[in-house]
Amino acid sequence: MSAVRAEHLAAGYRPGEPVLRDVEFAAEPGQTVAVLAPNGGGKTTLFRTLLGELTPMAGDFAVDGTVASVPQHDHARLDFPVTALDVALMGAYGRTPWWRRIARADRDAARDALDRGGLAAEAGRRYGALSGGQRRRATIARAIVQDARVLLLDEPFAGVDRASEERILAVLDELASEGRTLLVATHDVEQSRRWSRVLCLNRRQIAFGAPEETLTAPTLAQTYGDELVVLREPRMGLTIQHHDDRGEA
Amino acid sequence: MTLRDRALLEAVLLGAACGPLSVWLLAFRHAFAAESLSHAMLPGLAVAAAAGAPLLLGGAGGVLAAALLVALAARDRRIGGDTAIAVTVTALFGLGALLAIDARTPLADLLFGDLLGVTDADLIAAAVLAVAIPLALAAGHRALTAVAFSPAAAPALGIAPARTEAALLVLLAAAIVVAVQGLGNLLVLALLVAPGVAARAGGALRARLLIAAAVGAGSGALGVVASDRLGTAAGASVALVLVAAALIASGARTGGGGTPAAPAVRRSPIEALADRA
Repeated sequence: MSAVRAEHLAAGYRPGEPVLRDVEFAAEPGQTVAVLAPNGGGKTTLFRTLLGELTPMAGDFAVDGTVASVPQHDHARLDFPVTALDVALMGAYGRTPWWRRIARADRDAARDALDRGGLAAEAGRRYGALSGGQRRRATIARAIVQDARVLLLDEPFAGVDRASEERILAVLDELASEGRTLLVATHDVEQSRRWSRVLCLNRRQIAFGAPEETLTAPTLAQTYGDELVVLREPRMGLTIQHHDDRGEA
Repeated sequence: MTLRDRALLEAVLLGAACGPLSVWLLAFRHAFAAESLSHAMLPGLAVAAAAGAPLLLGGAGGVLAAALLVALAARDRRIGGDTAIAVTVTALFGLGALLAIDARTPLADLLFGDLLGVTDADLIAAAVLAVAIPLALAAGHRALTAVAFSPAAAPALGIAPARTEAALLVLLAAAIVVAVQGLGNLLVLALLVAPGVAARAGGALRARLLIAAAVGAGSGALGVVASDRLGTAAGASVALVLVAAALIASGARTGGGGTPAAPAVRRSPIEALADRA
């Protein structure tokens, strides 16, 4: 069984007005899927649907196992007194009954997850005092503690420093090698070439497949429309403006 | 027990119950909700006082009616939720003052409480509160933590933000209904806000909850003893000691170079619930 499968999926916020439709893809365990979409193209809608926060308006989807999310903006209150370790431990909240203490195994898992993200030394530091990249790594640690089989990452590299980006890339590769399935929303077309599949969305599914087949000029033009910038000098390349996506879609 | 001892016990019990609650009320930015609910419940108290019914009953009815009306006002899009809540609270407060004119309990007692006049029933209610609120907060600790930290991320962790906020509001309503007997519906706010402010100096969350309980109970005791020595009003003395504790702790924190508080968001939780509904 595929880890994530969508069939004729449509979703949106107002009845009868889907903001994303015709989504049809299957991702296998161990695959990393780059989700490319312009602003308002529907990637957040897709993620919210896979998380069960939105009900499909048409079609269906299936996810094998727990899904965890690493949002770009989780609007965390930076003055709230929790440490990086506390945030990682939140990944165990869902499976710990209210009358139980968090299991020792989960505490170990949280420390281990922080360690994988290079945050072992920061475990006791206040979350709000961490850098943007370190905060992103702490939320990835939280998703690891959730022991999700499927991870949805919304622009995990946006606004992070180079060192954090490399750390995050290494952790994502590790997670995929453990058989987890990752969906990574990104605006970085070049980076998406390193992953197993690419899903292009622009209010509907434009393409899905291996990067070398999918990342063609016509597909990217269809996906990004006016947001696409084609660079001809010094060499042919494709890039797009970076967006800080705070919108609903 | 002397009247002073009874007042002391009541103030300590209320402080121990409301202290940790106030940490969460501030974390959820609910100081405005505490103010709205405690002031807008006056008609309930006044009607109970006039009818000779237990004030506890009147308070419960008053909080329920106030919560419903404030929630309705929060949905007002013509003049805005904040303004509509202010108008509603003022109207209810005025109505309460009007109804209290013929009441057997003087208006001043309803507004400022009567710690020296607490009944056995009041003491029992405060004791139940002092056990129930810390227990409820301990049971909901993880849900409260996740939602206060990030309401947006909580659902993916298996925690419902709306349900958690609603549970906190129920605890707030229960605390107001009980504490209003001793501190009145104006001064009760000090108990629901000041310990949380003082505890911000405490760093970690668990430390803050313990400090807030200690500040609440300690300020209650100190306020009653001071009022006994100085011949001042008991409720007002407790409220002023609470505020002084908050100011001193805030001063110590600023002096120590702690992290500044986030900008205040004057948003009613009831408004938040109304948005979700």
